[in-house]
Amino acid sequence: MTQLWDFAGGIHPSENKHQSTDRPVRKAALPDLLILPLQQHIGEPAEVAVTIGDRVLKGQVIADVSNGMGVPVHAPTSGVITGIEQRSVPHPSGMADWCILLQPDGEEQWCSLDPVSDYKKLDRNQVLERIRQAGIAGMGGAGFPTDIKLRPPKDRKVDTLIVNGAECEPYITADDMTMREQAVAVISGLQVMAWILRPSRCVVGIEDNKPEAIAAMREAVQGTQIEIAVIPTKYPSGGEKQLIQILTGLEVPSGGIPADIGVMCQNIGTAVAVGQAIFEGKPLISRMVTITGDAVSEPGNFETLIGTPVSQLLEQAGLREDKLDRLILGGPMMGYTLTTDAVPVVKTSNCVIAVAHGELPEPPPEQACIRCGQCALACPMELLPQQLFWYSKAAEFEKAEHLNLFDCIECGACSYVCPSSIPLVQYYRFAKGEIRTQRAEQLKADRARERFEARQARLEREQQEKEERRKQRAQAAAEAQAKKQAEAEQAAAQGEATDDRAAKAALVQQALERKKAKAAAQAKEQPAAPPVEEMPDIEALEKQLTQAEAKLDTMQGMLEEARTQQADNVDKLERAVAKNHDRVNRARQALEDARKQVAEAPASSQ
Amino acid sequence: MALAQQSSPHAHSARPTSRVMLWVILAALPGLLAQTLVFGWGNLINVVWCMALALASEALFLKLRHKPVGFFLRDNTAAVTGLLLGLALPQFTPWWVSGIAVIAAIIVAKQLYGGLGSNPFNPAMVGYALVLISFPVAMTTNWAEASTLWSGAPGLGETLAKIFSGTQVAVDGWTMATPLDEYKHKIATHTAEEVLVHPTFGGFVARGWEWVNIAFLAGGLLLVLMKIITWHIPVAFLAGIVAMSLLFGTNADQYAPLQLHLLAGGTMLGAFFIATDPVSAATSHQGKLIYGAGIGILVYLIRTWGNYPDAVAFAVLLMNFAVPFIDHYTPPRTYGHHKARRGVPGRSGG
Repeated sequence: MTQLWDFAGGIHPSENKHQSTDRPVRKAALPDLLILPLQQHIGEPAEVAVTIGDRVLKGQVIADVSNGMGVPVHAPTSGVITGIEQRSVPHPSGMADWCILLQPDGEEQWCSLDPVSDYKKLDRNQVLERIRQAGIAGMGGAGFPTDIKLRPPKDRKVDTLIVNGAECEPYITADDMTMREQAVAVISGLQVMAWILRPSRCVVGIEDNKPEAIAAMREAVQGTQIEIAVIPTKYPSGGEKQLIQILTGLEVPSGGIPADIGVMCQNIGTAVAVGQAIFEGKPLISRMVTITGDAVSEPGNFETLIGTPVSQLLEQAGLREDKLDRLILGGPMMGYTLTTDAVPVVKTSNCVIAVAHGELPEPPPEQACIRCGQCALACPMELLPQQLFWYSKAAEFEKAEHLNLFDCIECGACSYVCPSSIPLVQYYRFAKGEIRTQRAEQLKADRARERFEARQARLEREQQEKEERRKQRAQAAAEAQAKKQAEAEQAAAQGEATDDRAAKAALVQQALERKKAKAAAQAKEQPAAPPVEEMPDIEALEKQLTQAEAKLDTMQGMLEEARTQQADNVDKLERAVAKNHDRVNRARQALEDARKQVAEAPASSQ
Repeated sequence: MALAQQSSPHAHSARPTSRVMLWVILAALPGLLAQTLVFGWGNLINVVWCMALALASEALFLKLRHKPVGFFLRDNTAAVTGLLLGLALPQFTPWWVSGIAVIAAIIVAKQLYGGLGSNPFNPAMVGYALVLISFPVAMTTNWAEASTLWSGAPGLGETLAKIFSGTQVAVDGWTMATPLDEYKHKIATHTAEEVLVHPTFGGFVARGWEWVNIAFLAGGLLLVLMKIITWHIPVAFLAGIVAMSLLFGTNADQYAPLQLHLLAGGTMLGAFFIATDPVSAATSHQGKLIYGAGIGILVYLIRTWGNYPDAVAFAVLLMNFAVPFIDHYTPPRTYGHHKARRGVPGRSGG
């Protein structure tokens, strides 16, 4: 008898499993069109490896991930690629994503397969590579690439390998039926994974509401070291963290992975897929899907090709559209409603519930929280759901995080028991989303601030350098002035009482006269030609004026800023502004003079 | 195909707040029945009057606050508040005193704080404490003498007249100090034997009172079994009284003995029906233990050394004050964490 531990909280919702276990597993019919999303796993989307019009064989790789984490997508049957386009994929938002469309030709022609009879002769990495090549990603829902999961961090040794046969969600029976009908395949796959990881303990946890599966699995493990642990039925015993606690008494550290405590969980379907990949060389191209709910007349499990539209499965299960209220992908506790039945079955789809009107009634309107604490009693993570609810609702996210919001596994037990019908899980999803957004924004803001501060520092440095240069120039000018004055004084002393300014004025006058004369001469030489030489002058002056005005503007702006910030360079800036004012005035004057001159020039030239 | 959209979980258990409150009311009926058999019609009249007034004032304020009246009235919480006041008030409390208690409970303590779920204080106890302080005479001289319905208790008409018109008919024969009051005031000058000869102590603990308390205990156990309340608050409450009594009150010639504390006052009603009001109580199991024990200890302290013979209302209100503090320091340890995160964010790790 395996020692078992209990986990906190938990609930006992109506199981509703018998509906889909009465019939043996059926093989879903080949659909008219397979829709194969490029991203059915966590990681990078696969890159298309075929073109429209290609004929592909069953099991052929049609998309693969060359860069980053991910697994390839295979053709589930032989046929022709008819399109590569955006189609609705299974997602709570009902979003569309890139899919390869494959029209089956009905021949089911396999590509060449490479089965391994004795995998133990291979290198472990070769086996892991085969698992990757088979496109296997966790089939319990998350879709994490199995080969990567089977390579735990170097410093972590997996002592306990758990296969999760709990299947605690109501309605779903895919794992149950797999264990009943393919127990040997489950165990073979488990043995391959056990060979890779070399754990000291290997255990399959199954809830005690599946006696047939337990019997079949017990028979299949005869003569092996594998334990079959029968665990009490209580939702969510199939949650990874809860199952680990039940079977080992250990808790996965917050924010850590099971390998941190030497444990790994694998899904029943994943184990079967691993076995097929090794012993038959077949990639993951089909999976078990439960079709149930009161809106189908023949509920049951279907061995379904990946890419089969949900609508076709529903049809085979005898959908009565008049009864249908909604479609849930997954179970009633954690599944999400589909916006359309055109979405395909993917590697992680385990169940579709065709909910009839009144079958899973919408909860009554939300009432006030009366702090009754039923949610805390139900929480398998020992959180305080009502406090998390208050803080999420009041957007006090810091407090929500303090109460370990991010440890919430969104199992829905709290919402299930809430007497006030508060959609608690929705509040937590909202808060988590908001916190993630805030963090992303905070990161962005931090970067922007760093950039801004770097720019400010650079501008300041440049300003200082400019100031330095200006001082140097001023000094040089002062020296030159002093020198000139000294010379002038010397000259005055020598008796040449020349007025410096008068002399300058005379020189300018002479220059102007020379220029005028030259212009007149040129005008005489080329009477028809416009006075081209005069024009650039005006342009240059205009430019000068605008530049001076611009500079004045900047200086005034700086002055304003300095005034508002009460900086100590206000006086300096005031002087600079005054100086620039003069400069602008002078430039304007010069421009006006020049214009007058130009206006006179043509007259004189005629 | 029009598919309905809904967020998970899609399955819900069917025990809405209204039904939880209905069960609280039903579980209190044995106690009310015992009160009626032992003390006559007074409690039943009080309960009907208080519940009616509670629903009316709740409806009025919901309307003033532009809330859907029917939706909120059907949650039965106002009815429970009225019921608890009716059970707790003296049997011959004048109608206007109980009316003031109900109005203070529903309008001031509940609706002005934002309605159901937002009140920091137990509404019924706010109402009770208010009238106890404001009308001490009315609240101490109107306790019925324990005399069974079929042997001399005032009839329905007389009781109604007493409560609603204030007639002083034969009051002396009807009312009597409560056992705790009697003991408290006599023990200073008498020995235990002398005190216990008073008719109020007939029966095996205190005439009639013990049956009322046992009936409330039975109803309370039903609530625990049905998982409507957890055992933590009542057990800690009673344990607090027991511990205090064993520590300080073993001398019956000086202090009321333990059995009087447990079965002669409002202890069982308080422990199972009043202190367990979830809105104003602590939330985690550890917090509930502290909260319940605090009430028990305060009840004993006030009864023994304070001015009031019974003290559930004050003890509950005082511990209501402490609830946010208790809640901050008693969160459970979350799965995967080494220890619980106590206190407020930024002050502690975990």
